[in-house]
Amino acid sequence: MSKMHIKFHLNGQEVEGLAEPRMLLIHFLRENLKVTGPHIGCETSHCGACTVDLNGKSVKSCTLFACQADGAAITTVEGLTNPDGTLGVLQEMFREHHGLQCGFCTPGMITRAHRLLQENPTPTEEEVRFGISGNLCRCTGYQNIVKAILAAAEQLNAHKAPSSSEAVGQNVEAAE
Amino acid sequence: MIPAGFEYHRPADLASAVGLLQEHGEEARVVAGGHSLIPMMKLRMAELGHLVDLQAIGELKGIEIADGTAILGAMTTQHELIEHADLATAIPLLREAALQIADPQVRYLGTVGGNVANGDPGNDMPGLMQCLGARFELYGPAGTRQVAARDFYESAYFTARADDEILTKVTIPVPAAGTGYAYAKQKRKIGDYATAAAAVLVGTASASVAMTNLSDTPVWSEEAGMALANGDIEGCVAAMLAAIDPQEDMRGPIAFKKHVAAVILRRAIDSALSRRA
Repeated sequence: MSKMHIKFHLNGQEVEGLAEPRMLLIHFLRENLKVTGPHIGCETSHCGACTVDLNGKSVKSCTLFACQADGAAITTVEGLTNPDGTLGVLQEMFREHHGLQCGFCTPGMITRAHRLLQENPTPTEEEVRFGISGNLCRCTGYQNIVKAILAAAEQLNAHKAPSSSEAVGQNVEAAE
Repeated sequence: MIPAGFEYHRPADLASAVGLLQEHGEEARVVAGGHSLIPMMKLRMAELGHLVDLQAIGELKGIEIADGTAILGAMTTQHELIEHADLATAIPLLREAALQIADPQVRYLGTVGGNVANGDPGNDMPGLMQCLGARFELYGPAGTRQVAARDFYESAYFTARADDEILTKVTIPVPAAGTGYAYAKQKRKIGDYATAAAAVLVGTASASVAMTNLSDTPVWSEEAGMALANGDIEGCVAAMLAAIDPQEDMRGPIAFKKHVAAVILRRAIDSALSRRA
């Protein structure tokens, strides 16, 4: 089978490469692009360790061919750090609240939590648990993961008012 | 797990997609959300020469509600269905069932059309659509035709759809205001298929009951519906237990499945009756 030329936006940058149509997105990310944040866990669409954000949706990159993602915008855990390279709010809260032990599920868990908080900035504990039900963790018992996500929601909301008015100011400047 | 090789196609319209199916015959399969087909390809239980991805076909998208009918484009994802406020008001049974399918990641990609067209007895939407009296629109070389959900399923993975047809729309009559509804499902864990699931609609003089994963097709029982419409809950359960044909598998022996089926159906009936206005 001949290889296809595949191009998409990854963490804000345009990337491209060649892949056979049968190559799964997780393999394309890890092996061709050397983006190793998303992990290969079960390879059977259950564990969520390979979760990436694709066009604003949390998806399991083991159950999608790289060619299906041609033209998409993808975010992995690497794209959730602050622009200066320090930990983003979700990442920082996972650290602070011990939301990880072995860390294997963490990239998928944080990437999923990112989309969950985008869609529902003020989730209840139950909504967090339902929202991360496609991500398995075998260490923490989920308690501290849920705490970390709730703490991140609180922080993001506390910062929202000033940062959104700043953003508006920047847009006005740019428009002028 | 690496699937066997294939060629990838992303047609921009339905006519091109059907053209690819005609050109490549049995070698071609369409993919919607891919969450049934791709795992089977990875296990090499499905091998195909040409994968026809429907993602770019605008005609297959969108939800419309008008004149007492809801029309779901086949590529409507479970997530889009769940988030659609007007649909949740018109047919709350759909949302209740969709929330019990798989997990969030799968619901972002898994589609209504794929769920009903695949013919997997474990999928939730076939029984649900039979309960609702939905119709499926099929598009093929000879044009468009409609098939009732209750006539669509022949046996496991065999349906009324021909190999060169694509399921394009699901048309659902909106139940009368005040109709009680419930979708109840027993599963071993998040992401599992049902051990047993029941869809129930109950109005003042009518009822419809269907069950999932208890036979090689979904099971809609007219007799069970008539019993429930007459207020005979035990008659409804008995009629359904006579209609199902569960097989022993990793979800349990036949006697256990029949027991679970009765428990789940009673739960769905209780819940539907409590919501009837």
